[in-house]
Amino acid sequence: MEQKFRILLAKPGLDGHDRGIKVIAAALRDAGFEVIYTGLRQTPEQIVEAAIQEDVDAVGMSILSGAHMTLFPAVMKLLKEKGAEDILLFGGGIISEQDAKKLQEAGCGRIFGPGAPTQTVIEYLKDTLPGRRKRESIL
Amino acid sequence: MTVLDRFYKKDRSALSRIISFIENREDGYLELLSRIYNISSNSYKIGITGPPGSGKSTLVDKIAIRYLEKGFSVGIIAVDPTSPFTGGALLGDRIRMQDLASRGEVFIRSMATRGSGGGLSEATREVAIALESYGFDIILIETVGVGQVELDVAGLCDSTVVALVPESGDSVQTLKAGLMEIANIFVVNKADREGSGRLVSELRLMLESRGQKQKEGWILPVIKTEAINGVGIDTLTDKIIDHRKHVENLYTQSGYREKRVKSELITILDRKIRARVLKELLEDNSVDSYVKQIVNGESDPYSITEKLMRKITI
Repeated sequence: MEQKFRILLAKPGLDGHDRGIKVIAAALRDAGFEVIYTGLRQTPEQIVEAAIQEDVDAVGMSILSGAHMTLFPAVMKLLKEKGAEDILLFGGGIISEQDAKKLQEAGCGRIFGPGAPTQTVIEYLKDTLPGRRKRESIL
Repeated sequence: MTVLDRFYKKDRSALSRIISFIENREDGYLELLSRIYNISSNSYKIGITGPPGSGKSTLVDKIAIRYLEKGFSVGIIAVDPTSPFTGGALLGDRIRMQDLASRGEVFIRSMATRGSGGGLSEATREVAIALESYGFDIILIETVGVGQVELDVAGLCDSTVVALVPESGDSVQTLKAGLMEIANIFVVNKADREGSGRLVSELRLMLESRGQKQKEGWILPVIKTEAINGVGIDTLTDKIIDHRKHVENLYTQSGYREKRVKSELITILDRKIRARVLKELLEDNSVDSYVKQIVNGESDPYSITEKLMRKITI
């Protein structure tokens, strides 16, 4: 069977605008991904716990509130603490190019701005995810 | 240290990896399952099924909280459909489980059906085995939104709760075969809506008139809930606990466990054999040449089936 990639999509913090993330969720579903959507107002702790329980390949966060310079690093730090830094963290929202650059330099995946075509996001994930998660021997 | 070693040490990320390993049918998954399979596991499996939008996820959320308050650990498997067109899936059951998701004693795993048509995915049974082996006291299994014939959950779980809503249909619907026959407990959720009283009495009438009020000595209850407001959840949880006592009683009777194990074994064999035989019969893409013959009018699906069936010898 061809490999299924699992993506957790979450909205951290207090912003309640989920139109964008729902568009991404539907686009990724249609591109053959298994999308776990956890809804609004998630804490970084909830997001990372869900990512681990669901054993996802990537976490995508949508932030329109301006709190991205706090929330992205918080999630990255927690993933690292849990030994799950091989899970890709990417995102989108109202985020300036300078901030996006800073986040990517700190180890974050791509940050997509308003108007990014869904196809770009799909291609990015299809290029980035294969072979990314570390393989451990099970038995 | 292998992932399985970490799993035995109750490392949740190891549990998670093991579930993926089983779900993806990676090489060695049968050996893994044979190592963790435990016939005398003390986990109790509760299935929640019902049509789309009947409040299954919210019910699971509330039932899980009640069990946690009683000191039990809870593992949850929530299944949502895979698209038959794209292979993708949107798994949204966690949204209704926000209160739970942040509690340490709970483990929630969303699964896509990946082509299985019985309301669960093919690997759900085996993922439940992983949760049992990990040591959860209670395992809640939520099906996809079902119609009338997605009944796999009943074969897997010890107690099956069928959740309906006032809009679920009239007295004729309650008479139909399938979904109505697998319940150990009926729930009429969203009971604040118009028509809930009518549905409750129609269900009770159906159960009485069919002589199905009792099933293996268990009187089928019909419970009204408003899951979102927490109304009726105590009654429901108490009924599940009653049913558990009933089932444990059945298990002490000779033949009951054997019957369940038999159906489990046949289900597993059936899937494996089917996949294997199809692979053998249709190797090197001979299926395409058969398709061509049918399209060209040289043959038909039935002659080809007959011809292929003759190739099977054991």
